[in-house]
Amino acid sequence: MNDVANSPEEVTEEPVTSVDLHREFEESGVGDVLRELDETLVGLAPVKKRIRETAALLLVERARKRLGLAHEAPTLHMSFTGNPGTGKTTVAMKMADLLHRLGYIRKGHLVSVTRDDLVGQYIGHTAPKTREILKKAMGGVLFIDEAYYLYRPENERDYGQESIEILLQVMENQREDLVVILAGYADKMDRFFESNPGFRSRIAHHIDFPDYTNEELSRIAEMMLKEQGYSFSEEAREVFARYIDRRRQQPHFANARSVRNALDRARLRQANRLFEGAQGPLTADDLSLIAAEDITPSRVFSLPTDAERQTQEAR
Amino acid sequence: MRITQGTFSFLPDLTDEQITKQVQYCIDNGWAVNLEFTDDPHPRNTYWEMWGHPMFDIEDAAGVMMELNECRKVYGDRYIRLSAFDASHGWESVKLSFIVNRPSEEEPGFRLDRQEAAGRNIRYTTSPYVAAKPEGQRYG
Repeated sequence: MNDVANSPEEVTEEPVTSVDLHREFEESGVGDVLRELDETLVGLAPVKKRIRETAALLLVERARKRLGLAHEAPTLHMSFTGNPGTGKTTVAMKMADLLHRLGYIRKGHLVSVTRDDLVGQYIGHTAPKTREILKKAMGGVLFIDEAYYLYRPENERDYGQESIEILLQVMENQREDLVVILAGYADKMDRFFESNPGFRSRIAHHIDFPDYTNEELSRIAEMMLKEQGYSFSEEAREVFARYIDRRRQQPHFANARSVRNALDRARLRQANRLFEGAQGPLTADDLSLIAAEDITPSRVFSLPTDAERQTQEAR
Repeated sequence: MRITQGTFSFLPDLTDEQITKQVQYCIDNGWAVNLEFTDDPHPRNTYWEMWGHPMFDIEDAAGVMMELNECRKVYGDRYIRLSAFDASHGWESVKLSFIVNRPSEEEPGFRLDRQEAAGRNIRYTTSPYVAAKPEGQRYG
């Protein structure tokens, strides 16, 4: 009962006449979030830039409000587009934290849902289900992954439309209570927005997540291993770089998620190798080292790359 | 006659802003907020109809207020009360309960019946005037 309501200008009689943006930046903790974003997320330069710009806008809006200048509650709903495994969920979590620190949402939690959580299976099931999720997300961020699945034009009796209408209504009327982030593949989201103009007009920030480069993925792999207390041997590092290059040319490549899965499999092989071949006691180093032979058995090395496929077809 | 019951019975009706703050207080304490409605104002009527499930797992009062506004849309002509249930071990009971909506028109109050029993005894019964009408048609 005594939290956000008592902002300084209500307590002191004197009107605020100036604002130090840099002090605000540090004191609100926004600086910390952005720094953390820089450190923990590899690459994604355009995304980071957009978030920095958004943060600056929100900070200025807040300062304007404090000085009594004309301000309008900004529309904060966003759409994140990009291929799988490019960090959309992770960034959404950071975004929730950022908006919370700037005071645009009261709680700063992230509720992550997909179509199944919003749309019911029979008539009259959808509205309560959607409302239930919205209720939980109030005061925080609602993250709808693969949002384009909500709209299924091929089935005119699909209940997704009902869910969309409720979402739109809440996005418009309760802008102060809730921020909605839609996420999905770029092309499918484009089609989704085309068929649902209501969404497009209510979303102010479109952020596109580019694919990671091979070097970035290698760095991500190192970071993931470090978190789990493992490390690559010199040789394994080179093999893994080759692995990434080849994996990218296979179907269903999911950027950082593919890397994580590959590392999980490497750990499995490493455990097997140690178990089968260990002679005598093992040291901590032995247990945490991923060697080249833990990666080379991967199926990816036996499948043809793009270049090899082309030469085969030419023949 | 203005019916009162629950925690803030001695105060004027709470505004939505005040209700929101009370709800946030409940949520911050980890209590589950529940909405109930009735059109039988008798004080012994303890079992009101529930509006949905008790709301666990909610972070912010706005979610509860959304439900309350839905409930008002449908049952705005009845009494709605909000109660907060503390599920922690040893308590397991309602910690806070107050009326958040009442019929917009006059609340007619209660009739006192005296029944003359054997030996010049008198038995008293109160019954709400509105209870004469069937449920759902009592106000408005």
